[in-house]
Parts: sequence; C-alpha cells; structure tokens
Amino acid sequence: MAKNNIKLEAKNLNAYYGDFKALKDITISMEEKAVTAFIGPSGCGKSTFLRTLNRMNDYIDGFRTEGDILLDGKDIYDKNIRVDELRKEVGMVFQKPNPFPKTIFENVVYGLKIQGIKNKAHLEEAAEKSLRQTALWEEVKDKMHKSALALSGGQQQRLCIARALAISPSVILMDEPTSALDPISTAKIEELIYELKNDYTIVIVTHNMQQAGRVSDNTAFFYMGELIEFGKTKTIFTSPSNDRTQNYITGRFG
Amino acid sequence: MSHIDKELKQIQEKLLEMWDLVEYQLISSREALLHHDLVLAERVVKLGKKVNRYDTKIDRQCENFFALFTPVAVDLRQILATIKINANLERIGDTAEGICRIVKKLNGPLSEPLAQESRLLEMYDITLVMLADARKVLTNYDADTAHAILKQDKVINKIYRKSDKTLVDFMHQNPANVATGLQLYTLIKKMERVGDQITNITEEIIFYHDAKMIKHRSDKKKKNRNKDDN
Repeated sequence: MAKNNIKLEAKNLNAYYGDFKALKDITISMEEKAVTAFIGPSGCGKSTFLRTLNRMNDYIDGFRTEGDILLDGKDIYDKNIRVDELRKEVGMVFQKPNPFPKTIFENVVYGLKIQGIKNKAHLEEAAEKSLRQTALWEEVKDKMHKSALALSGGQQQRLCIARALAISPSVILMDEPTSALDPISTAKIEELIYELKNDYTIVIVTHNMQQAGRVSDNTAFFYMGELIEFGKTKTIFTSPSNDRTQNYITGRFG
Repeated sequence: MSHIDKELKQIQEKLLEMWDLVEYQLISSREALLHHDLVLAERVVKLGKKVNRYDTKIDRQCENFFALFTPVAVDLRQILATIKINANLERIGDTAEGICRIVKKLNGPLSEPLAQESRLLEMYDITLVMLADARKVLTNYDADTAHAILKQDKVINKIYRKSDKTLVDFMHQNPANVATGLQLYTLIKKMERVGDQITNITEEIIFYHDAKMIKHRSDKKKKNRNKDDN
C-alpha cells in the first residue's frame, strides 16, 4: 500500500509490562512523510506502541519488548543505539502541553542547548524557524523572553511542537495532541500536522475519529494489544474490512 | 438501542413508508390503465404531493444526520444510499403519476390483448416484483437476491428494445389507432425507466451493505463480486 518509502517499521513486536502482554505480534510499516494514526479504545496498546517508537517505555520497571522496531531499517532497540541520539531523530508531543517553566525562547532552544549549541545568533535563528513552522512566531515574537506558561493551552501545545522541531527530527510522535484543546486550537494543530507532513513522518494517537480522518493518510486500529486493521484512512473510514474496526469507528463498541 | 441507531432506524422507517406509497402508486397506475379508473388515476396523481413531502423530509433528515453524527463506514454508506434511493423512489412515483395523467386522456381502458402483445403488462409484473424484492433486500440483505434484481432489468430492457417493431406492426395494421400505438409506446418507455430506477436503488443497497460500488461497471465486472474496487 505504501507509495512512499518506509520510515518506521515494527516486525513481530511483543511488549510486556511484567507479566502483562501489552502488544501482541505487531507488524506494521509507516510511510515516510505521511501521517499514520493509531486508534483504539483505552488500554488497547496504541500509546504503549507509540512510546516504544522512541523508547519512552525504557524507564518503566518490568517493561520489555521482543521483535524489532526499525527506523530507516535500523533496529532502535539495538545495543549500539544511543537513546539520546534516537530521540533527536524521533521527537514527541504529549497530550497535555508541557512547556518548561522558562521563557518561550528557552523552551524552543532547550534541546539545542543540551546538544551544546551556544551561538546566540544560531539559537535565535533556529527558534524563529521552529516558531514559524508552528505558526506561532507572529503571536510570540515580541514576548520571546516572557514565561511560556503565560501562553494559552493551544499556544503552549504549538510551542511544544516547535520545541520538538527545533532539534530537526525526522519523525514526530504525537500522543493525543489536541485532547486538552478547544476546537480553534485543535484546528490550528491539525492544520499544522497537515503542513508538517511535507517534511516529517508523523505518528499520532487520537481518540477523535474525525481527527484521524482529517489528518492521517493511514490508520491503524488496535484492540487488546493487537493490530486489528491497518490501511488507508479513506478505506478504514468508508469500508473497514474488520467488524471490530467498524464497531469502534461507528461508536458501537462494547 | 444507541442514539445513532435510533436515528438511522427513523430515517429507514421514513424511507420504507415512502416506498410503500410509491409501490401503491405503481400498482394503481396499472389498475387505472386497465380499467380506465379515473378516480384511482386522480388518487395516484394526488399522492404525488405526499411522496414529494416524504422526499423533502428524508433529505432533511439525512442532512441533519451528517451534521450531527458525522457518520463513517456502514452508517455513512447507509445515509449516502438513502439519499439516492429517496431520489429514485420519487422518480418512480412521478412515472406512475405520469401514467395516470395519460389514463385521464384515454377514451377507455387499454385493450388487454394489446397490452399483452406489446408485453406492457409483463413489464409491469417484472418491475413490481423487482420493487418488492429491492425493499426486502434493503431491510434483510441478501446479495444473491440483490444481484438477481439487476438481472431482471435486462429482461425489461429486452422487451423495450423489441417493442418498437411490435408497435409499428400494430400501427400499420390499425391505421385508425395510431394514437393508441403511440401512447402505448410512451407507457413502455416509462416502464423501462422504472426498471432502471429500481436498478439504481438496488445498486445503492449493495453499496450500503457490501461496500461495493457496482454502478457504471461492465457486466463482466458486476459478476466478479469479490474483487475490491479501489
């Protein structure tokens, strides 16, 4: 089904929290510069899967995986992979906007500073570029040194996306990025996702079916740790082939 | 039953009520024609207004459903199909009405032997069965019956294609009755359209239940039902 290159791939992936098997034999390919949406009821494993894509689950006691996750064909769970290097490549945006209690400028350049970049002109240029990409620049250019916490929720979320973009990742993972936002802010983020896919590979977890329909190219439906159906979003939302997918997207689950 | 299912059920019930009215119009147009029943003909014409109200009502219900429920998958297909079935039913009602307007202009009942010979009655019989079967597959889907309805339309088309020769012969032999021959031809043409409209309806029902788009396909592809259409 892929017309583009495959950016991210899971092969026979199993994931466990202790004895609990949270992901069961997941095999899926995600296209480069496209949006892949993960949908499914709470507890279906979609967020667990998203978080394995940049090893966010490494910190959880008893969490382990079997199988492969390949980024550009390389296994990200390989011993030689440095997790900080991986996260430069695979950025993440969370459900609730989580800016640092710092200025807007400090938030955007945080990752770059950690990487050791100190040149002020370079940092300023990078900050402006990221903020323009997230359509936030005009709104914040005159208060770059004010606290990020003074921004609205929608602006904070766009700031978090700008922060993720500043370190030039190739993949952005989004875990329900608009569930805490009003419809206008949601529309702005969705528009942003649509723009960003020209340059980035995006994977988004969403509980909003219409959002999956609007922003994604491909949709994966998870249920009880299994990947039930994966296909073009158009097909999933008009004629899904699995009854469980249909029941879920039409709101008849349970 | 969930809220969305109640709404869908209400829309379907309205559509079926309209369906019954249209079916009654079609059956009655046949009776009016054969018995030159002007009272019945007038009733069919008047019923047209009621059918139009159903048409508007169902369109409005579908519009609201889109706006309020943003349906997907089978729900989306049901509403899309309903809109088109509604339009086609309304046209069938119009045709029955048109036939009754012709009845009002006739001097007497249509001669039964002529109706038989031109196979107009056979067309009526087939379309009425098609219409009843289509109603059945809408509420209780069965792919084989649905595809059998589509085949019946082929019979109707064949009768239509052969009818001109029969009627030309009739008019040659009965130069005094050319007007009758022309009227009969109009009726046959109308029944051919009804067959097409029931075909459209059936295709929508197949789309709704099987997610397969079969309209405008060649016959060969129609038979190959398991092929995906993406």
